Amino acid sequence: MYKKTRGKPTDQSKGGKHMNCEIEQIGGALVVKLSGEIDQHCAEELRGDIDRQLDIKRSASLIIDLGDVDFMDSSGLGLIMGRYRKMQARGGKLLLARPTPAVDKLLELSGINKLVGRERTK
Amino acid sequence: MRNYMKLEIPSKSLNEAFARAAVGAFAAQADPTVEELADIKTSVSEAVTNSIIHGYRDTVGVIYIECEARVEKTCVIEITVRDEGVGIPDVERAMEPLFTTAPDEERSGMGFTVMQSFMDTLDVTSEKGKGTTVKMSKEINAGIGDE
Repeated sequence: MYKKTRGKPTDQSKGGKHMNCEIEQIGGALVVKLSGEIDQHCAEELRGDIDRQLDIKRSASLIIDLGDVDFMDSSGLGLIMGRYRKMQARGGKLLLARPTPAVDKLLELSGINKLVGRERTK
Repeated sequence: MRNYMKLEIPSKSLNEAFARAAVGAFAAQADPTVEELADIKTSVSEAVTNSIIHGYRDTVGVIYIECEARVEKTCVIEITVRDEGVGIPDVERAMEPLFTTAPDEERSGMGFTVMQSFMDTLDVTSEKGKGTTVKMSKEINAGIGDE
């Protein structure tokens, strides 16, 4: 499992806020479990981490678990849309799991919910 | 009753979280619902992010944030996010959903749409070379205490 913590609450050099990312290949799916706050500050690094693992594992599907995401703004939408396009381009699929009501409101507003499937189990 | 706060931060992305947390803490005085508070924090994050990645794209400048809470029968939170960056050449176009000047950077182009949807009012003024001011407000139904 690939695991990364960015900016612990006590680590002011990283901005104080934190975002955790755990990436694990389960069967043919790359499961990305995000927690904390997703904004522009961390989105680019997240994108690199996910894409690197996708390229290494050659996963047929990508599951992004949003269950422990406390906050997300449109930078997170850009991250999700980018992974959707990447999976589409390689003939795979993206699924989202466990969005909180606040995150789901954003997904609904953006129209992503109409494009991206939902992983029900977890 | 009226309450207010002013904040100045450098346009560094690590300050996005601080800005929305600070405004969220201020707005929390009005006892908003979880959804109202999330709407406010998300909108502030969008406005501040715009100033960082568009207004001060290749430099670091100052972002000015002002919040005011006004209480009558209900409480209205008014938030102003201002920068002195490059400005927006065409505000109307910039506010169109999915419009982005940096598609290769995976911007969603949803920043203004989020602000419009999550807040009650949104007013954007901009002048090329002088900067951008985003004013937005939201009514909080619970009121701001009994002082």
